[in-house]
Parts: sequence; structure tokens; C-alpha cells
Amino acid sequence: MERRAYYRNGVLPWLLIGPQLILVLVFFYWPTTQALYWAFTLEQPWGGGNSWVWFDNFLAIFRDDEYWLTVARSAFYALCTTGLSMAVALFLACFVDRALKGTKIFQSVYVWPYAIAAPAAGVAFRFIFAPQSGIVGSINHIWPGIWDPATNGVHALIMIIVCHAWLGIGYNFIFFLAALQMIPRSITEAGAMDGARPVRRMFDLQLPLIAPTVFFLLIMNLISSFTDSFGLIDTMTEGGPVGSTEVMVYKIYFDGFKGLDYSGAAAQSIVLMLLVIALTFVQFKWVEKRVHYN
Amino acid sequence: MTNIKLLTAASSLTLLALATPALAQTKFEFWYGLSGDLSERVQDMCKGFNESQSDYEIVCVSQENYDNTLQNTIAAYRANKQPTVTQIFDAGTLDLMLSGAYVPVRQLMEENGYQIDWDNYLSGIASYFSTSKGEMLSLPFNNSTAVIYYNTDALEKVGFEGTPKTWEEVETVARAMKEAGYECPIAFDPSGAWQWFEQFSAIHNQPIATKGNGFGGLDAEMVVSQGKFVDQLTWIKKMYDEGIIVHKSKDAGETANDAFVNGHCQITSSSIADHGTFGKQAAEGVHWTDAMLPIWEGTERTNSLVGGASLWTLKGKSEEEYKGAAAFFNYLAQPEQAQTWSTITGYVPVTMAGFEAMKANGFYDEAPYKGREVAIESLTFTPPTENSRGIRLGSYASIRAEMVKTMQDVLFNDRPVLEALQAFDAKGNEILRRFEQTYKGAQLP
Repeated sequence: MERRAYYRNGVLPWLLIGPQLILVLVFFYWPTTQALYWAFTLEQPWGGGNSWVWFDNFLAIFRDDEYWLTVARSAFYALCTTGLSMAVALFLACFVDRALKGTKIFQSVYVWPYAIAAPAAGVAFRFIFAPQSGIVGSINHIWPGIWDPATNGVHALIMIIVCHAWLGIGYNFIFFLAALQMIPRSITEAGAMDGARPVRRMFDLQLPLIAPTVFFLLIMNLISSFTDSFGLIDTMTEGGPVGSTEVMVYKIYFDGFKGLDYSGAAAQSIVLMLLVIALTFVQFKWVEKRVHYN
Repeated sequence: MTNIKLLTAASSLTLLALATPALAQTKFEFWYGLSGDLSERVQDMCKGFNESQSDYEIVCVSQENYDNTLQNTIAAYRANKQPTVTQIFDAGTLDLMLSGAYVPVRQLMEENGYQIDWDNYLSGIASYFSTSKGEMLSLPFNNSTAVIYYNTDALEKVGFEGTPKTWEEVETVARAMKEAGYECPIAFDPSGAWQWFEQFSAIHNQPIATKGNGFGGLDAEMVVSQGKFVDQLTWIKKMYDEGIIVHKSKDAGETANDAFVNGHCQITSSSIADHGTFGKQAAEGVHWTDAMLPIWEGTERTNSLVGGASLWTLKGKSEEEYKGAAAFFNYLAQPEQAQTWSTITGYVPVTMAGFEAMKANGFYDEAPYKGREVAIESLTFTPPTENSRGIRLGSYASIRAEMVKTMQDVLFNDRPVLEALQAFDAKGNEILRRFEQTYKGAQLP
């Protein structure tokens, strides 16, 4: 029989969740409804008035080829950062899990990047990757023009992807390591005794066993790569050159805050929100079925 | 027990409320978008104002940069928590004009009994912040224009006397520099659309949009691809491909300004407000001078555009606060104040009287201020024309960003110039039509 705990007093539970509810309402639902309202109106920035325009704002952005480019770019960006960041983190976690020399140090060192705020990292990376003076830029002395994120859009996008992935490694690493350490030693040892090399053990034993963690990280990384890229892009490239690093969030920021097109930006953020919700939904619906807990 | 506490609290509050007016002056806020050294200069100015009289106290708050100031002012205004005075930059002017959220500076000064000689303001500056009928809406504060900077040693080395006056001469000089072994004759940053595009159009009397760059109505249309800028961008591209113009920017590792003061590049174009910075930052052995932006041979020069920001008084404040704002503006307009401000910052004096006084004092005769008069000469070269009085286009920050993209596209991706500029005009028109729709039925003041 299922055991259930419940309060006899009907008011108390509401009081207990009240603060949380209020926070969510004030900081999430209220701004979201506001954005939703703006997305269907043309809002004057100084608040002088607005007019209801139905779906005009959405039609305007959907008709814009450049907008679709940013959507495609965001999707590409999300896949690359997520894949790169999770692969590297898993790789590192596997080594640390094997209790090689210096594990204790690496355990803590690998987490540090996560503690760095994106804009701060962005400024540092800008110097590192600068084509004319940075550390990476020094390869231009050997092969002139091989690395130039300031003028080459592909280079710039690669640069941002690498930086974003790097920032996420620490977070992914911790989860992977914790998951790997949850696996009973006896299982890996049994595998080893049967003659499985570390790589085989990882693919056949460890990976299936940590599938729930992989799934969780996949969702978190995808969402973060859609929404958290702003700090890096703003400090490193400002969306350039020629808009080649302009992803959806950056366009929202630029159109809304610099261009003062509140309605267009609101419509774009509604689209982004729906996209992230849809992505998460798909993952829960399809991917999760293949994940076995316990 | 609690009641008594409440009562005490309430009564002390009342006491406070009663006591305050007797104690102090009217406080009002001023938000500005300057940081670092310039921010401290503003604070000094505020302090000076507070010490000069006892009726008002100005509280000056830095919002770090122009964008933040505009965004925060808008947010505050919508929440009815706006400052009395705020500093808004050129690209944010039109939205504010149409919003009706301000008290015109002329009205403010008249109502509070100050006599200001409005004709005294430099015409190029006044026109940017006035209605199409010439009424000033905001007070010019920190203003500049673009000039071109030359490394004099490099000019000497290639045997050029004085400074190039035309782009033809610039090309000759730059080519000679390249041959003489200078790796970067001209530094160019596409994000400097203001100096390379807007100022070029102004001094060559070229329209950016119809209806006098938008002064005549919100239905203006972009015409950049039909004017001289097509040739100019073609020229820039040619020079870039030949390595005579070199791309310098923040993300390339060195900004155009840094490249110039470090002696890495020999020619650059920037605001006159950088004159002071260059003087302080120039590496040892780097000698330089500034001149008016060059024009093409066979064209006639018109005045250049004013850049920078002006002070706006916002609606919804008390009469006392407006009195304070007017007193502050009056304080700023005093010749000594104008001169100090211009001296320590590098911004131009905004009134003819201020300029004349400084000239008479010999301010411009010696280093480090010698060369700053070039900006005034450029700003006042001719009376403002339809194309050089200013740019009054909606969402102008977005249009400017499109121009930056366009120039990058031409330089880095070899996009044909005419095609790129036609696409720019089309994009700009979309932005303008959207803006027009947002302010449907609104009339430009």
C-alpha cells in the first residue's frame, strides 16, 4: 500500500509553498505574460502607447531570412557545444574515476571553469584568441592568415563554441564523475577480469549505467547553450563579423535593448521559449524511453 | 505594546517629514552615461554646482555607458521613477522626441526665468537636437565630431608637407608609406560607421535617407546605394585588398585607436574627444596631428555632423525639481564652466561665445590643446544643409549596426559593393517602416 503524508490543516501547505510560488509568479510568469502581450502589439519603448497587431510581429520575423539563419546557427551551436562539452567531460571523468595518479587534484581542478562568469571568461578568451596579438594568434606568424576570428565568420563561431563548451566542462564533469563512482566497483572489476579493456568497459558497462545522468546533462546543456551564450558573445564578438555569431538570444538582446524594438524582441523570445520547451518535451517523450533508471 | 511602537514610529516619521523641507534643498537626480575619468569630471561638476548655491542638490549617477543610460531611463520612466535630467546619445534621440516624455529645454528655461541666447549655440550642434522648426528640445552637453589623425613622422618620411586634404592625397601618402615599409598605413574598424560612413555623407552633402535624413517625416527612405558612398566603400575595399587599409578592432586584438597611439598604424579616423586620450596615451616617439576629414577632389565640403549626447529633462517631476534642473543648466552654460569642461574632456565647446572666449585665451595655441579647434572648424564649415544637420531615423542604432555588417561583408566576404549597399537600404527601409508603424499617427516635433 502506498503511504501518504498529508497535512490536516489546509492553509499550512499553501503558506509553506507561498514564498516559492510568489517568486515564480513575480520573476517568471509575470514577465512571460508581459512578453506575450508585447509580442502581439507594437510597443513604444517610452510607454507612450501601443497597438494590437495580432501575429504581425511573428510574421515579420518569420519572413526575415536572416532570422532563420540565426535559428539554424543556434541549433548548430547548441549541438556542437553540448556534444563537445559532454564528450570532453566524460573523457576526463573516466580517467579521474580510474584513480590514476593525481586524481584528487584533478577532481577539484576540473570544476573550476564552471565558477568563472561567462563575461569574465569572454574577456580572457578574447585576448587568448585575438588573431593579431593573442596566444592562439601567434600561429599566424607561422602560417599567416590561418586563424582570424575577427574577419572570418567560421573561425569566430568555432571560437565561441569552444569557449562555451570549455565553460560547461566543469559542471558536466562533476555529474559524470559522481555517476561513475556510483557504479559498484564489482561490476567494472568483473568486466576487467573477463578481459574487457577500459574503452570497452566504458561503452558496454559504464555508459549504459550512467544513462540517466547523460540524459539529464543533455537537457541541461542544450537549454544552456540556447540561453547562456549571451555573456560570451557580447564580450567576444558582439555577434560579428557580418553577424556570423549572432544566435537567437543575442538577436533578442540587440533588437530589444539596442534597437528599442520591444515587440520584435518579445516575439523572438516567445519563439525561443517555445523552441526550448519543445526540445525538452521531445527529449522526455522519446529519449527518456531509452534510459533505464536503476 | 505593538500599538505604542507603531505610534512612535509614525510620529517620528511625521516629524522627519515636517523637518525635511526646512532642513534641506530640493534634491533631484541626473543620470549620465560616462565612466572612468569622464565620470569623475561629471562628479566634480555636480559638486561645483552643489557648492555654488544652497537651494538645490543634484545627485549625479553614472550608468556606465550611453546604452545603459537609455535603457535604465526608459525602465525608470515606465515605472515612474525617472531622474529629472538624463543624458541621451544621438541614436536614442528620435524615440525620446516622439515619446513626449520630456520637457523642452527652451520651455524649461523660459518658465524658470532664465534668459538663454539660443542662437549662440553652434548651428551644427543646435540643429541635431532641435525640431525641424529649430526649437531646441535638449541641452547640448558633451559633443564632438569626427576628424582624421595622422602620424607626422610618417608624413615627413614620405615627404608630405602639412596634412592631406583630399582622399586622393590620403591615397598617395598611404601608398608611399606602404612603400617606405610601414605595415599599416591606415587603420580601419568597420564598427566606426559613424566616422567612416555618416560623417563622409555629411561633409560630401550626401543624403542617407530622403526627407532630409528623416527630419521631414517618419516615411523617409534609405538612399545610400544611390550616392557617393558607393564609390567610397569601393575605394575602401580596394585599399583593404592592397593592404593599405588594415583592419584593426577589439576582436582583432588591437583597436584602431590603440594601433595609432602605439605607432603601429599611421592614419586613423576618430572622434575629436579622443584628442586628449591620444595625447596622454601616445607611445614615446609617436608624433601626431589631426585634421578635418578629407573630401574627394572636385566636391565641396559641407559641415560635419555632431556626435555625443545631450541633456533631457523628463516629464512627471515636481516644479521644485524643474527649478533645480534649470539652475543646473544655467550653471553649465556659464562660460567658465563650458571652458573647464571642454578643457578636461576634449569635447567641443557648444556655444560660439565659449569657443571665441577659449580662442581669445590662447587655449588652442599650444599643446596639448592645439588641434582641437579643427573640430569647430569642421562643425561650422558651412551652415547645416538638409544632409548635414543631423540624422533623424527611427531605430537608428539598428541601422548603424546594419552598416557595420555591410562594410564587414564587403571587406571580408568580397560582397559586391553596390549589391551590399542595396541590401543595406532594403534592410534599413524595413527597420524604418516598422518604426513608422510603431509610432502610427505620431508627428515629428
